[in-house]
Amino acid sequence: MRTPRTLELALVHTALFFVSLAVLYPVLWVLGMALTDSQAFSMDPNPLPDSPTLDNFRSVVGTRDAHGGWLFGQQLFNSLLVSAITSMVGIGLSTTAGYAMSRWTFPGRDASLQVFLLTQMFPGVVMAIPLYILLDEAGLLDSLVGLALVYATTAIPFCTWNMKAYFDTIPRELEEAATMDGASRWVCFRRVVLPLAKPALVVTGLFSFMTAWNEFILAATFMNDERAFTLPVVLQSYVGDYNTQWGQFAAGAIIVSVPVMALFFLLQRHLVAGLTSGGVKG
Amino acid sequence: MTPWTHLKCCLAGVLLLLGAPVKAEEITLWHAYRGQERTVLEQLVKDYDSAHPEVTVVVRALAYDSFVTKLEAAAPRGNGPDLFIAAHERLGDWVPLGLVEPTPSDAGGFHPSTIRALTLDDTLHGLPLAYKCLALFYDPDVISSPPKTTSELVDLARMHSGENHFGLAYSATEPYFHAPWMHGFGGGVFDGDSVALDQPGNARALQFARALRTEGLIPDEPTGVLVTQLFNDGMSPMVINGPWFIGEIDAKRNYAVAPLPIVDETGKAAAPYLTVEAIQVSGFSTSKESAWQLAEWLAGPEAAKTRAVEGRQSVANLQAAAVPQVADDPILAAFRAQLDSARPLPNRPEMAATWEPMARAVRRVMRGASSPQDAVRQAQTEYAIVAKPPPPPRDPTAYLLIAGIIVLGGLGILVRRIWRSRGEIYVHRQAYAWVLPSGLAMTILVIGPFVVGATVSLFAHQSGTWTFVGLDNFLDIVLARDWPVTSPLSFWFTLAVTILWTAANVFFHVSIGVALAMLLRAPWLKMKGLYRVLLILPWAIPNYITALIWKGMFHRQFGAINGVLSWLGIEPVSWFSQFSTAFAANLVTNTWLGFPFMMLVTLGALQAIPGELEEAADLDGANRWQRFRHVTWPLLQPALLPAVILGSIWTFNMFNIIYLVSGGEPDGSTEILISEAYRWAFTRGHRYGYAAAYAVLIFGVLLAYGRGTDKLMRRRAS
Repeated sequence: MRTPRTLELALVHTALFFVSLAVLYPVLWVLGMALTDSQAFSMDPNPLPDSPTLDNFRSVVGTRDAHGGWLFGQQLFNSLLVSAITSMVGIGLSTTAGYAMSRWTFPGRDASLQVFLLTQMFPGVVMAIPLYILLDEAGLLDSLVGLALVYATTAIPFCTWNMKAYFDTIPRELEEAATMDGASRWVCFRRVVLPLAKPALVVTGLFSFMTAWNEFILAATFMNDERAFTLPVVLQSYVGDYNTQWGQFAAGAIIVSVPVMALFFLLQRHLVAGLTSGGVKG
Repeated sequence: MTPWTHLKCCLAGVLLLLGAPVKAEEITLWHAYRGQERTVLEQLVKDYDSAHPEVTVVVRALAYDSFVTKLEAAAPRGNGPDLFIAAHERLGDWVPLGLVEPTPSDAGGFHPSTIRALTLDDTLHGLPLAYKCLALFYDPDVISSPPKTTSELVDLARMHSGENHFGLAYSATEPYFHAPWMHGFGGGVFDGDSVALDQPGNARALQFARALRTEGLIPDEPTGVLVTQLFNDGMSPMVINGPWFIGEIDAKRNYAVAPLPIVDETGKAAAPYLTVEAIQVSGFSTSKESAWQLAEWLAGPEAAKTRAVEGRQSVANLQAAAVPQVADDPILAAFRAQLDSARPLPNRPEMAATWEPMARAVRRVMRGASSPQDAVRQAQTEYAIVAKPPPPPRDPTAYLLIAGIIVLGGLGILVRRIWRSRGEIYVHRQAYAWVLPSGLAMTILVIGPFVVGATVSLFAHQSGTWTFVGLDNFLDIVLARDWPVTSPLSFWFTLAVTILWTAANVFFHVSIGVALAMLLRAPWLKMKGLYRVLLILPWAIPNYITALIWKGMFHRQFGAINGVLSWLGIEPVSWFSQFSTAFAANLVTNTWLGFPFMMLVTLGALQAIPGELEEAADLDGANRWQRFRHVTWPLLQPALLPAVILGSIWTFNMFNIIYLVSGGEPDGSTEILISEAYRWAFTRGHRYGYAAAYAVLIFGVLLAYGRGTDKLMRRRAS
C-alpha cells in the first residue's frame, strides 16, 4: 500500500489518542479510587489521588478465613478453577457441535442453530430459582463443578456459532485427503482441523473464561461457604445495604480485571484472527 | 515402622476419632455484616462456641445484594441457616413463607420501639440486636450548636449556602431520607391499616423539601456519594445520614451527631424511620432450641455490650445501653436520643410496593415537574395499580388440556418429520453424536429451567400464596389494562423504548467499532498493539463499577461531563430530568462498554479481505469513502451480521446499565423491558408471576426478531 502523508498520520494518531483518552478516563478513575485511603466514591474530576496508597489492595488480598487460611488465595483459586473448567467444557462441547454443524447438513441442523441462538434470548430473571432447585437435586450446590457447568452452557451458543463460522473457512479437501489415508473422522478432526482452528479456539476459550470470570449473581445464589466463593462474589460483598466500601470495591475490580487484560494482551493476535473471520468466505 | 504397623496406627487413629466425643449439633448463622460489625460478631460466636461444647456454630457472611434471594431459595429446601440476622422490614413477606419463627420466650429488657418493630399481628418474631436510623451529622467547628427546630435549621443552612456550598445535604430524592419530613408534617405511608400516600401532611412535607432545593440550601441530584463528598470537602456542614456514614467520613474531619429538629409548623419531631436488625430463627431449622439459645445470648446484655463498645453498634438491649462506656459515647447517645422519636419502618407486606410511587413523587416535585398535591395524588393512584389484588383463580383443566394438545401435536409433527427424513438421518447419524453432548447440556441446564421459569407466568404470587390465573398476567400486560398505553409504565411504551435503545446502541457500536478497526488496520501505523489493548479495556472491567462511574460523570452539578461542557461555554445539562438526555446518558455508557467487541470482530473480518481489491479500486480513482462504501463494507457485512444479531440480543437485555445509570429516570421512562421485569419481581411486592410474564414476552419479541434476521441471512447467503 501507499505510504501515508504526514498529515494523515497525525490525524489518525490524534483520533486514536482522543478515543483512547475517553476509554481510559473512567478506568483511571477506578484505579484512583483503589489507590486512595478513603472508602468514599470519588467525584473529583481529577481521577488520580494526591497520596496514593496500596492499603485497599492489601486489605482485599489479605483476607483470612476463620481458621486463619488465606481466604483470598482460596477464592482466586476457585475463580481460576471455575473459569478453567468452563473454558474446557465450553470448548469441548462447542467445537464438536460447531464442527458437525459446519460439515454436515443433517436434518435439524438449522433448527439447532436457531435454538442455540434462542437461548441467548432467555431473560435471566426467570432462570435463577429453577437452576437452584436443579443443582440442589443433583447435589451440586456449593460445588464449583456445578457452577462451571451452568456457565459453560450459557457460553455454548456464542462459542458454537463462532466455531462453526471458523470451521466453514477451513477447506474440506484437507480432511478428505486425510480420510483417504485411512484416518477416522475423529482423528482427522483432532489432527487436521483443530490445529488449523487455533485462533478460533483461543477466542472461544477466552469468551467462556470471561463468562465465568465476571459472573456473580448465580455464584452468589449457589455458593454458601465463603471458601467456595469466586472473586466477583467477594467483590459484590463490598457493596452494602446503605454504604459501599468503594476503595476496596475498586481495588477488587482492578484485581479481577488484570488477568483478563493480561489474557487480552497475550492473545490479541489470535483474538483478532479468531472472531468469526470466516464469515466473509463462508 | 513396617507398612503393617503403620496401617494399624492409622486405623487406631481413625477409631480414636470415631470414639471421641462428637459435637452433637451444628447450627448455621447467616449475616450480611461487614467491617468491624462482622469482626465483633464472629468473635462473639467463637466465644459462644468454645463455651458450649455441645454445639458447633458455623457463621456465614453473605453479600447483602444476594442475601434475600438466597435465603428465600435455600431455606424452604432445607439448605438455609438455622438463624440469621436481617432487618425487620421484611417480616411481612417472611412470616407467610414460614421463614421466621415466633419468639418462644418473653423478651424483656429491650427498647420498646425495637420490640414494636418486630411485632407482626401481635406476635413477636426474633430478638432485636441493634437499630439504625437517620440523625443530623454536623461539623462542630462550623455549627456551634445543632438546630432544634426546622426554622433554625433553615437559618443555619442559609448562612452556609452559596456557590457550590450547601448548608444541608441529604439524599433528598430517596423516600427513606425524605421520611423524617413526611412524619414531621403529620403525614406517613399508612393511615390506620391502609396505604394513604396522598395524606395532606405528605404534600406539605414535599413543599418543604422543594423549598430547600429552590433556595439552594441542598444540592441538586443528591446521591449518597455526593453527600459524603460534600461533607468531606467542607462544602456542607450539616448532613442527614445514618450510622454507616461514620465509616465514610474523612479521618481529618471533625463531626458530631444530634437528633433531627422539630418541625415548627406542627410541633412534631422530624421522625426518621427505624430499622431494627434482628436475629431470627428460621422456621425450617431442625435445631430450633439451640438456635434460640444462641439468639438469646447474642441479643443479651453481655454480648450486646461487646457489640456496642467494640462494634460501635446502637444496641437494642437496655442494660447494655446503660453501661457508662456506651451511654457516655456522644455518637451512640445521639442515636439513642433519636430512637425515642424514630418510627419503626412498617413491617407490613404492603410497604414494599409503596417505595417506588413515593420515590417518583419526591423526584417529580424536586425537579419542579409537578405540584406536591398532584404528586402525592398520582403516587396513590400508582400504588393502587401496583398493589391491586391478583386476578381471580382459574380452573387449570382447560389450560392443561390445551397444553397437552399442543405438546402432543408438536411431538406428532416432530415424529412425522423424523420419519420422513429417516434415510437422511441415518446417513448423518454420526453428526448427531457430535452435537449430542452440547444439545443435552443445553436442554437440561438452559431450556429446562427456562420452561419451568416461564410456567410461573401462569400464576399470581402475593404474600407467599400462589394462585393459578391462566393467561391473565399476559392479558393485563398486553392489553394495557392497568396503565394507558402512552404511560411510561405500559408494556408498549417500554417496548418502544427498548427497541430504540437496542437500535441506537447497535448503530453506535458498529459505526465506532468499524471506524476504529479501519484506523487500526493501516499497515504503517505504529503502536498498533498498544492502541488495541487500550481500546478493549472497557470489555475487561466489570460493567457494574464502570456504570456507576459514568453515572457520577453525568451528575448535574459535579459531574465531569458538565464540567467539560461549561469549559466549552455550554450550559450544564440536567441529564436525568428529561427522557432524551437520560436516554443519551445510558447510551453513551453502553456504547463505551460495547464498541470493543464490534471493533474486534471487524478487525478479524478485515484480515480476510484481500488488500488487492481495494488497491484495484484505488487505481480506478475511487476515493477513500468510495473504496470503503463499495468494496470493504459489502465484504464486511456477512461477517458482522452474526455479531450484530448477538449484540442486539445482549443489548436488548442489558439490565445493569439502565438500572445503575438512569435507574429509569425520569418517571420510569428510560426503563427497558428487562428492568421492568426486575422491578415487578423485586420492588413491586414480589409479583413473580407478572415478572415471569414479562420475561416470556421479552423472549417472544426476540424470537420474532430472530426469525426476521434469519430470513435476512438466508437472503444474503443465496
